[in-house]
Amino acid sequence: MGILYLILQDLAVFAGLAGIVWALVRFSKSDRWQRALRRFYRDKIGLLAFAVIAVYFLVAICNFVKFPVRDASGNFMSVIEFCFRNVPAERNYSEPMARTTYTVNRAQPLKGRHLLGTDQLGKDVLKKTLQGCGTAMLIGTFTSAIYIPIGIVLGISAGYYKKRIDDAVQYVYSVLASIPGIMLLIAMLMVLGKGIPQISFALGITGWVGLCRLLRGETFKLRERPYCDAARALGQSDWNIIIRHILPNVMHLVFITFVLGFSGIVLSEALLSYLSVGVPIGTPSWGVMIDSARMELSRDPSVWWNIGAATAALFFLVLSLNLLADSLRRAFDPKSN
Amino acid sequence: MFSYIIRRILYAVPILFGVMAITFLLFFVMYSPQRMALQKLGPKAKQREIDNWIHDHGYDKPKFINTQSGHRFYDSLFVHHITSLAKFDFGRSIRTDEPIGAMIKRGVVPSLLITLPAFIIGFATALTMALYLVLVRDSKLDTLGTIACVITMSISIIVYVIFGQWVFANLLKYFPAFGFNREETAGLFSVARFVALPVLIMAFAGIGSEIRMYRAIFLEEAQNDYIRTAQAKGVPMMRVLFKHVFKNGVISLITLVVSSLPLLIMGNLIIEDFFGIPGLGSLAITAIHTGDLSVVMAEVYISAVLFLAGLLLTDICYAIADPRIRLS
Repeated sequence: MGILYLILQDLAVFAGLAGIVWALVRFSKSDRWQRALRRFYRDKIGLLAFAVIAVYFLVAICNFVKFPVRDASGNFMSVIEFCFRNVPAERNYSEPMARTTYTVNRAQPLKGRHLLGTDQLGKDVLKKTLQGCGTAMLIGTFTSAIYIPIGIVLGISAGYYKKRIDDAVQYVYSVLASIPGIMLLIAMLMVLGKGIPQISFALGITGWVGLCRLLRGETFKLRERPYCDAARALGQSDWNIIIRHILPNVMHLVFITFVLGFSGIVLSEALLSYLSVGVPIGTPSWGVMIDSARMELSRDPSVWWNIGAATAALFFLVLSLNLLADSLRRAFDPKSN
Repeated sequence: MFSYIIRRILYAVPILFGVMAITFLLFFVMYSPQRMALQKLGPKAKQREIDNWIHDHGYDKPKFINTQSGHRFYDSLFVHHITSLAKFDFGRSIRTDEPIGAMIKRGVVPSLLITLPAFIIGFATALTMALYLVLVRDSKLDTLGTIACVITMSISIIVYVIFGQWVFANLLKYFPAFGFNREETAGLFSVARFVALPVLIMAFAGIGSEIRMYRAIFLEEAQNDYIRTAQAKGVPMMRVLFKHVFKNGVISLITLVVSSLPLLIMGNLIIEDFFGIPGLGSLAITAIHTGDLSVVMAEVYISAVLFLAGLLLTDICYAIADPRIRLS
């Protein structure tokens, strides 16, 4: 029974990925995407950023795909846990690649070598960082899956139908936008409690406003185009016009927003976990690592590898996402720069 | 002009009502007074004590419409919530029983001591840098500057704060690492000593995205036809930059910046908490750690009011800058 559940879980991870790839391939058949793709291939920074993000996704997948091998407590190991099964736990802090624990007097020999050292409980920092990557990417994916559909549906219907629907959508997002993001997130998470689904929900509910505004404005312009008029004159239904003529023409904006939004989500997750309204205790997260490391820097001798690993991992992911969003914007709209 | 301002204020009223509804939904529907009482009185509290606490705070009324005989139909929790928020009467903290209004009043000055200088320094620096990048546009330096902006944008504010404090206060010992002088008689220097490092960190943390935004505004202005005309007739580049690009760009820039001014009162969560500045930001952090929902709710509401005030200010600035708007 356990093994069946495990296979199902692995299949779900791969099915989600296949869905994303399918959507990208499906939309990339249009002229606009083809031209953008050609421009993107020449953009070295963009390609490098894309490769870095792909590696992060790979690590995240490794954190959630289970291996049919049981650990000491009888649970199935993830691929990351499987890779680290031979890395022993230590007693205390140890420097990267050190042979003894990180104490001034009476340093004890270590059982193994650790590339990024160990934390206070003797856990391997590299493993913790990789698992934190899994958490960050999971929250990013969940949140995107919540806010992007909301943004698309509300934005396009407000821009297309105008009048009452537009007024209603505008009212809702004006109210949401008038509460500064971080305060609303904190308030929601205090009420909802800690947890990955709760963070994704809170970030998703507050995050769709920007996308909705963007798509509303774009739909305003697109619905007056001659091809939409022609489709209306031929008796096409509103649904058909939206699906065939408007949605494919805003999909690139959605894609850019998704990439840029992902970096915002990852940063927010770290910030919320740091403020202790984020992930529950015990979940590996870069925000929690940074929070627990605040005091380690000021102790003497200072422990820098714990916070350093989390900071570097967070920085390179967010930087790559920002750079990728920039080069995508350049690729889709060369006139803008 | 006057009727325009009145009209804008009236637009804000339904949005403020929406904010009140959201806070009500969060703190009274999704989170019940029962749980609030349990938090205050502890898990071992007896049912009678809980009921008393709820009754004392007036939370035992019906939620939306009062159908009990002998009561007015609007004598409900929702109406009470809205009227008290409209009067800025936030009641007492469920943790410390201190009036929340007083707690907030006490935090305003320390918060502003951090955010206002940080805003001015950050704005002036970003403006200069953005103008310079526009001056050297399409050069290696421009590309380098933009990449540097993206890099500073990609670093979490937590990291700026932690490493800033570690390097400048612990290693170099230029500034005190923690604390605030809140005596009335404190001299300018003794206040500035504690405030300087947080101000600098906050100014630097936001600078990347600001430079990029201002650069985009100025660049758009620099691509106009009249700029080319000015260059073609031989006006020197610096003069074009300050006379045409800056003057025209600064209108859209100021309106963009003005909207964020009132929110400076709310302070900065992470910086204040980390450097021990007793402002509204650290008040919120303390409230998070102690689970004090009433304080969080007050801060959410006040920040929404300040945000709407910022929008109003922006509209007024637009109307002053462009007469077409206030007449339409």
